[in-house]
Amino acid sequence: MLDKVIFYFFAAIAVGSALLMITRRSAVHSAIFLTTTLLATAGIFLQLRAEFLFIVQIILYVGGIMVLFIFVIMLVNLDVAAQQIQYSRQKWVALALALALAGQVGAMLWRAGKLPGQGLLVRGVPAAESLPPNAEAVARSLFGPYMLSFEIASLLLLVAMIGAVVMAKKKV
Amino acid sequence: MAETTQNGAGQAGSGSAPHTLLGADELILNMGPQHPSTHGVLRVKLKLDGERVAGSECVIGYLHRGVEKIAEHRSYQQFAPYVDRMDYVAAVSNGLGYCEAVEKLMGVEAPPRAKVIRTLLTELQRIASHLLWLATHALDIGALTPLFYCFREREEILKILEKYCGARLTTHAFRIGGLQYDAYDTMEKDVERFCADFLKRIVEYEDLLTGNRIWLGRTKGVGVLSGEDAIAMGVTGPVLRASGVQWDIRKAMPYAAYDQFEFDIPIGKNGDTFDRYVVRMEEMRQSVRICRQAIGKIPAGPILAKVGKVLKPPVGEVYHAIEAPKGELGYYIVSDGTVQPYRVRIRPPSFVNLQAFDKMARGHLVADVVAIIGTLDIVLGEVDR
Amino acid sequence: MTHGLQELLKAVLASPYTLPVIYGVVIVAVLPLVAGYVVLVERKVMADMQARLGPMRVGPHGLLQPIADAVKLLLKEDIIPEKADVWIFWLAPLVSVTAGMLALAPVGIGPAFQIARDINVGILFVAGISSLGIFGIVLGGWASNSHYSLMGALRSAAQLVSYETAAGMALVSGLLLGGSLQIRALVEEQAKQGVWFVALAPVAFFIYLVASIAETNRAPFDLPEAESELVAGYMTEYSGFRWSLYFLAEYANMMVVGSVATTIFLGGWLRPFAGVGGAAGTALDCLPGALLLGVAGYCLYRAPKQPVAVQKLVMVAVAGLCAALAAALLAPVFVAQALWMKPGIHGAFWFLLKVGGYIYLFMWLRFTLPRYRFDQLMRLGWYFLIPVSIVNVMGIGIALVLHWERGMHLALALGLTTLMTLAVAGVLVRAELKREEQLRQGAAGDAYAG
Repeated sequence: MLDKVIFYFFAAIAVGSALLMITRRSAVHSAIFLTTTLLATAGIFLQLRAEFLFIVQIILYVGGIMVLFIFVIMLVNLDVAAQQIQYSRQKWVALALALALAGQVGAMLWRAGKLPGQGLLVRGVPAAESLPPNAEAVARSLFGPYMLSFEIASLLLLVAMIGAVVMAKKKV
Repeated sequence: MAETTQNGAGQAGSGSAPHTLLGADELILNMGPQHPSTHGVLRVKLKLDGERVAGSECVIGYLHRGVEKIAEHRSYQQFAPYVDRMDYVAAVSNGLGYCEAVEKLMGVEAPPRAKVIRTLLTELQRIASHLLWLATHALDIGALTPLFYCFREREEILKILEKYCGARLTTHAFRIGGLQYDAYDTMEKDVERFCADFLKRIVEYEDLLTGNRIWLGRTKGVGVLSGEDAIAMGVTGPVLRASGVQWDIRKAMPYAAYDQFEFDIPIGKNGDTFDRYVVRMEEMRQSVRICRQAIGKIPAGPILAKVGKVLKPPVGEVYHAIEAPKGELGYYIVSDGTVQPYRVRIRPPSFVNLQAFDKMARGHLVADVVAIIGTLDIVLGEVDR
Repeated sequence: MTHGLQELLKAVLASPYTLPVIYGVVIVAVLPLVAGYVVLVERKVMADMQARLGPMRVGPHGLLQPIADAVKLLLKEDIIPEKADVWIFWLAPLVSVTAGMLALAPVGIGPAFQIARDINVGILFVAGISSLGIFGIVLGGWASNSHYSLMGALRSAAQLVSYETAAGMALVSGLLLGGSLQIRALVEEQAKQGVWFVALAPVAFFIYLVASIAETNRAPFDLPEAESELVAGYMTEYSGFRWSLYFLAEYANMMVVGSVATTIFLGGWLRPFAGVGGAAGTALDCLPGALLLGVAGYCLYRAPKQPVAVQKLVMVAVAGLCAALAAALLAPVFVAQALWMKPGIHGAFWFLLKVGGYIYLFMWLRFTLPRYRFDQLMRLGWYFLIPVSIVNVMGIGIALVLHWERGMHLALALGLTTLMTLAVAGVLVRAELKREEQLRQGAAGDAYAG
């Protein structure tokens, strides 16, 4: 019961602030609502007893959003940006894409309902104390079956980092 | 949304200031007149690229009281207390300069006893002024504790001044023609005790600062002023000497009793903030040396030369400069033969030294601006008069 | 009716959510008071180091100063700048203070008393949540619509990004040795190995110390609020209650980093030489009580010298309090019936003592050192702390592998790798000194290129 309350609480916050994020005129306000969305998602992770994911979500996005803030503050002329029309030509494309995505999710949920037992619906969760520490579980799967994809992802990030450094060096 | 962002960035980048590092706008920062470390009511308009200073402009005059104009409506004696209020942390030195200038104008000379006592008190005042500089300079750079240590020692000097003339800050210690008060009985003992303590204490300050890597990092290579630039801008005092120019009016054109004492003029090499720090620290030691020589050698005799109750200097003009703690303090007095000066023009060292600020600050960071204001050792009462 | 109420009460007490909620309320209620008194202690320590007395007016020896300050701050006018972003301006201090308080939740003050509960990512939780507090600083600085605030905010963000990495790497070193993220498990591991991790990973402790000072914006890294440069940095436009929230957040963060360092590196609630038993162990167990008895004795000795009767009374009262605490600390050592109290009360004593010592170190540094300049801060972070911390983590990893796979003695292996790390650090320092020398000889004006 309480689990459900918590889930819907965080889900409502996540969806609501996601909507606010794309409708605010001020870029800083948008960034704040983005943060709220991400924190609410982290809350859902916590409710699912995925403590490791919860905290990783917070740690990673704090740094990420911070950089976003700095870009907004330093590079965007907020007074000018607030005057401009918010929804530009992308409006219709975005609507179409959103509808397609909604259809997809709906279809998945509908099919999940048809195959009982394999659904995406939240099942009962065992008590936290009986679960293995999930930092270790994550580590085991990352360095076990998903070793290759994990390494590829880190290589990709490394390349991006080096690229950024090279570009910055050239400019100064 | 993404497009809006790009537009905004593009405008900021291409429009106003394309030469900044990230193409962002320059930031105009008004430092002061109310700011913790502009040492009074100095206002500095900084043009910033991020935190780097792209240009600066000092706005002064917030403490302007028209001292020079007041002089034209006061008799020579009446004006003497006003000069104390210019560089209010070195009132004794201001008074010495003014009294000697008027004496020169009138062609009288203070008796030898008065000269030595004047020298002694002026050197104590120099130490007090430098201590205040060290306290605030260290505080600006973030060291909290030297402030209280310096004020502890300055307090001892102020006590000596208070015992001598009854006032601590705006002392009006000297009179035209000599002194009003003779040295009090235990003055030499007090000064001796202070000198002995102070030499020990100054080692403590150097322990806290001189070898500290953060202090070195904050002062070395910051606010460099070359000797030529310093001379070209008329900079004087410790700031000039730190740039490697050996110019001290106490040696070059001795006044008071400085020709009777031995002392060295410390000079720096690089002209950066650290050199100015070292020069001033050494100057305090030299001042102690002068004070110690003066003790026990104060000649007996009168303390006031023969000057009338009403001063009427002959028609003429005079320029007299002394080495105040902050640099050359000059008085240019024009007399029309009446009891009031026709014109008094004061050359305050702080005002002239402040000119060098823009040159020293350009290209540095905001944090260095604070260090540079501190190292120039300005007093706004003197800048604005 | 009464029966139903009892049932409800029973159900509430049985719920796993009840205790954490109570603890949460306790944190929120007690933390401001504790922070206030930490401020008082800081002012007293500062006064002692600066040859003066510090607060003396409100209460004997200024003991009631924090309360007077709190009342003053609450009654002050809450000024909001005209062009500020009002909502964010309101919200920002709350974000900071919430993060600071929430981060304290899983901290274990003793084997018997964990503030909220022992979640299995404990240390990560503390580190992650406390870094959320930076949002409050950046948002507050931006929303104030003032240049000083904005620069403070930007400095703060850059500082976090630079030092979070080093701090994280230092924590990883400790976690590798402890083999868990859980706070209780970390301390128990130190008890089992019989040595605090600071002895095994001194470099990591040092890096964490430096990085944690930078993260809590304390001198010599207090650039976001550098008084002499930015007036008050991000807090420039704040006043009254909102300002005090930022202040509270700063002190909460100090406690957080102190707790983390104590848990990982200083053995948490363990007493020194936790493994020693017998007579020596009993003597060590007597230490806390003896210490407090000493304080009580000193207070009694000073009491007659106080000038005012009230001060004499307060001195005697303080002495009585210390004596009572000493009795409580000594009882479990000598009285068998009180033995069950021992882990809790002694653990809490040692834990708080260590956190206090850590915070004292912060204060000491603040009163001694000048402030870094921003580019120097960044250099220190990126060119020294981060490389050294990465090498250190690798070294500890290698040492652990040598220990597990080759059976090498752990202390020996760690000693070797620590030497390796120190060698790297030495090379970095020498390179830095050389660069400074070159800069001094070359164009001194361009000291900031790169």
